[in-house]
Amino acid sequence: MTAPALHPFRTCPATGHRIDRQAERLVRVNAVAAVVALLVGAIAALLLVLTRWQAVHLLPAVWYYRILGVHGMNMLIFFIIFFEMAVLWFAGTVLLDSRPAAPRYGWFNFALMVSGALLVESMQWSGRADVLFTSYPPLKAHPLFYLGVILFAVGALGVVGQFFATLVIAKREKTYAGSMPLVVYGAMTAAIIAVITLVHGAAVYIPTFLWSLGLIPAVDPEVYRLLWWALGHSSQQINVAAMVAIWYMLGALTVGAVVLNEKVSRSAFVLYILFISMASAHHLLVDPGFGPAWKIVNTSYFMYMAVLASMVHGFTVPAGMELGMRLRGYTDGLFGWLRRAPWGDPGFSALVLSVVVFGFFGGITGVTIGTEQINITVHNTLRVPGHFHATVVSGTAMSFMGATYYLLPLVFQRKVAFWKLAKVQPYLFSLGMLMVEMGMTFAGSFGVPRRHWDISFSQAPFDVAFSPAVDLFLAVMGIGGILAVTGALSFIAIAVKSVFFGETVTEFTRGVAMEGVPQGLTHPPVHPKNADELNEAMHAPARGIAGATPGTLVLVAVFLVAFMLYYFTNWKLLTFLWKIG
Amino acid sequence: MLTKVHTGLEPVPGIWWRPAHKAERVWVAIAFAWCMVLFAMMPLWHWKGGQNPSGTRRRVDPKAYYARTIAFATQYKVGEDRGLPIAAPPAGADVYLVGLTFQWYPILKLERGREYTLHLSSLDVNHGFSLFPLSVNFQVVPGYDYALRVTPTAAGDLRIICNEFCGIGHHTMVGRVIVVDAADKPVADNRRPSLLGGGAE
Ligand code: HEM
Ligand SMILES: [Cu+2]
Ligand SMILES: [Cu+2]
Repeated sequence: MTAPALHPFRTCPATGHRIDRQAERLVRVNAVAAVVALLVGAIAALLLVLTRWQAVHLLPAVWYYRILGVHGMNMLIFFIIFFEMAVLWFAGTVLLDSRPAAPRYGWFNFALMVSGALLVESMQWSGRADVLFTSYPPLKAHPLFYLGVILFAVGALGVVGQFFATLVIAKREKTYAGSMPLVVYGAMTAAIIAVITLVHGAAVYIPTFLWSLGLIPAVDPEVYRLLWWALGHSSQQINVAAMVAIWYMLGALTVGAVVLNEKVSRSAFVLYILFISMASAHHLLVDPGFGPAWKIVNTSYFMYMAVLASMVHGFTVPAGMELGMRLRGYTDGLFGWLRRAPWGDPGFSALVLSVVVFGFFGGITGVTIGTEQINITVHNTLRVPGHFHATVVSGTAMSFMGATYYLLPLVFQRKVAFWKLAKVQPYLFSLGMLMVEMGMTFAGSFGVPRRHWDISFSQAPFDVAFSPAVDLFLAVMGIGGILAVTGALSFIAIAVKSVFFGETVTEFTRGVAMEGVPQGLTHPPVHPKNADELNEAMHAPARGIAGATPGTLVLVAVFLVAFMLYYFTNWKLLTFLWKIG
Repeated sequence: MLTKVHTGLEPVPGIWWRPAHKAERVWVAIAFAWCMVLFAMMPLWHWKGGQNPSGTRRRVDPKAYYARTIAFATQYKVGEDRGLPIAAPPAGADVYLVGLTFQWYPILKLERGREYTLHLSSLDVNHGFSLFPLSVNFQVVPGYDYALRVTPTAAGDLRIICNEFCGIGHHTMVGRVIVVDAADKPVADNRRPSLLGGGAE
């Protein structure tokens, strides 16, 4: 496809990594495809918030449901997964100084994924797949819709396979010494989960495709829901693993975050795989197909070890940043390391916002509403999208944006365009999304349904009178949505301008700030020569448990208290319902 | 001995399986304990709590279920509203509700403080049972009969919103549940005057 370059590798001026040019091109095309999907999804998002904001109520019913399907597919599937493909190519080759396995096959997989996405897109826009992205049968879409999803998934699975092959190559050709870096380990976790996910994908989409062709008489609606969420939920675990890997990466690049303990962090990644919630029971807690024992076991496997894993990363990521900063001399007080952190570096602000909103909002609401009984008050209300926008958007998407600010100069060799805008973009996007999530969550707690065109029920036989507070919350959602979409479009403008019309940058001079280059590249956060001694001293037993990272200990304590309050408040609210058993 | 200071971007030389520092060990222990609480609350609530999505669950033929619901509505019919029968079953009865695009059938009239076995199923596609304003939500799946023992705790004129996308008329799908207190006092906290007359009262 592409003629082999004379020099297959170049050396990265900032990090010294050996970058394979073929792999670099694969990173680029996948990232560009992700941004295109984000654009479509963001325009759809604007239309959706302006419709759900009942005072505006923009779209007609048919288009609301259609665009809702478009938004779900473009954001959750195409944007996120294309970006993850870019992450896999990047982590497998650049971070390991390796060549990619079978790059041509990588182009083939990319082509498969693009054609699958285009098929889905054309079915949705032409109204032949008005089934939302979950496509629960017996709602039926055109066969090409399911085929598109299958093609996309096959392509993705191919790339995952190539990632593993690249790991083998790197190991065999000894491109690195010792164990692979933690970030690559995290990416590998994501890739392993991706295999589990895509197998479920095959189990659910292939029969459904055959059914839509008339070759199978029926697909059991409950079995479909079970298998679909085995795909749909596991894929969220891919997102979490990829996001956490990016947290460690951005921490390292922006503030020299250290890995406190490899055993702890790596074991937490392994827990993601072991406790992946194969049956994704928390989506089926109020479904008629399964009994209480099944539901309890499959949400928690008796121990909630995936939650534990996230709580561990929620400690080790900020603690690693704190320690990294302290080792570099920012030792004043509890939070001097935070106060004096590079808040103007969009890679850093995106990282912090991602960690905080994912943890405090997404994590706490997720565990709470995924509790068997509490789910009775939450299922299919707006609280559900309120929760998952905090995880997959404020968390995952935000971290991907932060990573992009570093990928642009490192991989695309371009300055970040509209640099001033780039510095505020993470704040704008995160604040807007937070308002969306708050608005949805509070409106949802009044029983406002998700996936619903008209909560004034003007065409319904019986009236439903929501509390006037709901109008307020939907307005917060609406205004937040406009801000968030502005943030997303700013990101797209920055990415597109940089990639296609950006100023080339091939060299960074240490200590010289450069417009359009994140601080972590011009002022790399290096640790002092005596870092190891400092580290030992800070961990001296005499300094007690809070010795090395006192600030983080305070932060996680606040987190735990917030978690407990929210969790038990929801149990209390449950008691106001009918008796149900 | 701690590992050499390094970031997550660097390969780790030698053996990284080293003991963690106390702060991490303590946090992992606390988080683990909290996770056990999260788990224990669920079985505990089955034992002590009043709201559980247990019920009994079995497969049904959607058409047979629909027929059963019509028989139920006819048997206990006490009135009509908007062309829908109002069924007032006695306490302890099996109560049948069916979702079909885009309607909840029939209207139910229940008594506060009495227990009923509420059956939920669908004739066609997935629907979402969402009792307004309490926000009690259950997934309604065709081919599956979800029988929940319910006890209404307050009188009121309630609604059933459909909160699972079921087709283009999804947002018009609203049903009605009337809960009266023991004296059978009519309850109508409805804003739309035309509804006040509706019902059995
Ligand atoms: C750009 C800012 C965004 C805004 C303002 C936004 C807003 C919304 C709104 C208003 C809905 C409809 C809720 C309903 O009516 O039920 C929605 C649904 C959804 N959004 Fe977003 N969203 C944004 C970004 C994203 C991103 C980045 C993702 C994924 C990575 C995402 C994933 C989803 C999913 C999966 C749904 C559910 C679709 C369904 O129910 O079928 N959103 N979003
Ligand atoms: Cu899930
Ligand atoms: Cu519906």
